[in-house]
Amino acid sequence: MEILNYAFMQRALLAAVLVGITAPAIGIYLVQRRQALMGDGIGHVAMTGVGLGFLLSWSPVWMATLVSVLGAVLMELIRWYGKTRGDIALAMLFYGGMAGGVMFINLAPGGSNANLTSYLFGSLSTVSESDVTAICVLAAFVVLVTVGLRRQLFAVSQDEEFARVTGLPVRVLNLLTAVTAAVTVTVAMRVVGLLLVSALMVVPVAAAQQLSRSFAATFAISVAIGVGVTLGGTVTSYYQDVPPGATIVLLTIGAFILLSLLATPLARRRARALAAAEHASDPAECKIPTAREPRDEVGV
Amino acid sequence: MSDESVISLRGVRAELGSRPVLRGIDLTVRRGEVVALLGANGSGKSTAVRTVIGQVPVTDGEIELFGTPRRRFRDWSRLGYVPQRTTAAGGVPATVTEVVSSGRLSRARFGVLRKADHEAVRRALGLVGMADRAKDSVNALSGGQHQRVLIARALASVPELLIMDEPMAGVDLASQKVLADTLREQVAAGTTVLLVLHELGPLEPLIDRAVVLRDGCVLHDGPPPKAVGQHALPGHDHVHPHAPADAEPVRTGLLS
Repeated sequence: MEILNYAFMQRALLAAVLVGITAPAIGIYLVQRRQALMGDGIGHVAMTGVGLGFLLSWSPVWMATLVSVLGAVLMELIRWYGKTRGDIALAMLFYGGMAGGVMFINLAPGGSNANLTSYLFGSLSTVSESDVTAICVLAAFVVLVTVGLRRQLFAVSQDEEFARVTGLPVRVLNLLTAVTAAVTVTVAMRVVGLLLVSALMVVPVAAAQQLSRSFAATFAISVAIGVGVTLGGTVTSYYQDVPPGATIVLLTIGAFILLSLLATPLARRRARALAAAEHASDPAECKIPTAREPRDEVGV
Repeated sequence: MSDESVISLRGVRAELGSRPVLRGIDLTVRRGEVVALLGANGSGKSTAVRTVIGQVPVTDGEIELFGTPRRRFRDWSRLGYVPQRTTAAGGVPATVTEVVSSGRLSRARFGVLRKADHEAVRRALGLVGMADRAKDSVNALSGGQHQRVLIARALASVPELLIMDEPMAGVDLASQKVLADTLREQVAAGTTVLLVLHELGPLEPLIDRAVVLRDGCVLHDGPPPKAVGQHALPGHDHVHPHAPADAEPVRTGLLS
């Protein structure tokens, strides 16, 4: 494997695997809460962080983490308090974040939109030693939260009102989800880019759903898909000289289409098996009954 | 039935978006009682139970659960709650067991479920007759089965008090019977129950007391009103257009 002889490829592959694990791991809770596009919103806000990083000569990765965490907390607060027109408030946040990024980077000495491109679409081969350290630390946090608190996050994402009655700290868990999503966005920023981050959070989960019936299986399959496509995309981009971020996202969508095609006959077989088990004695065809049965009662 | 009050609301007021929904409600549920909270749409009955569980903030008045002011109440495993839902599913597939296990979190430390917890989840599924569907996805269930899963989730913590918001909404008659039987067993075992209902229906024989709300005020608090005339016929179901809030009160036949 000559690909492993290059230090930059080793770093790229490590970063890619970590993104493949973390993005679907937090994405599954976002999909469960029906906030699938939250990752996209955070990605826009993170651009302001990147711009600020350039302007203040700070590490753009850490600055983006800080700003996107603040943005995610703000979005969560809007969800609590701004019940009317929450979507408008979110739109302001998204586009304000993007405009802020462009503004700050152009204010930075020698900065231009060209600097932004590697953050927008990813730049896997330029991942530095310190980037890898940051990505490892942040990924460890994401895995710890999404696996360690899976039952609590499941309950809150499934039914917030019920979770409150089990005594769970619902607001704290909501904030933690938002912060974890923000951290994941910055982890994935160098690999697939801010504009494509959300795809890795949502599409592997959607693909896994085609096969799974349980939450646990959906989690495991979506992480497996995530790791598969990030590794596959990185290796492909090395040999074929194509952009890794776009390759990874297209592979993910390919996986979704493939699994959807596979799932149709599977679901049909499952439904047949279920029907057979439930109505073992049922006739194969409809028959007009001679008399009413108690279960036909509709109560009008 | 003892005099110990399990739920106590005194002069509770609440607003939803600056519109007053509760205008000073008094409601006491004593240990072992089965109380039905009735009223037309918009009368505040759902809001009343949602103030009890802390989902809707109160602007005035006091709420106590098991004799403890609600703000300081932490013993959540004593309470089982069935929210008003038509589905138990979220945005990701989940099995019946996974959903019902959430109900056990109030008894699990740090969200770690032990053998006894898994046993309790199985028992709760057995109580609603869903043991054979434990490994199925909730997406594959019918409306009545969704409601049974939601009730099993509330029963998983083996609560002393059950609060149910319209448990019979959208449930076919066969499932209604299963639910009524489940509730009868719980009541026989000494569980206190507060039910939000649109009409008494198949649960009528279980109910000790009915509290009727109209426009956020208690209109009636006493024995469940007897159905009269054609309303008393077995299997009678109220199907009536929902009048606007400021129109003549809907004559439900409950009070006449």
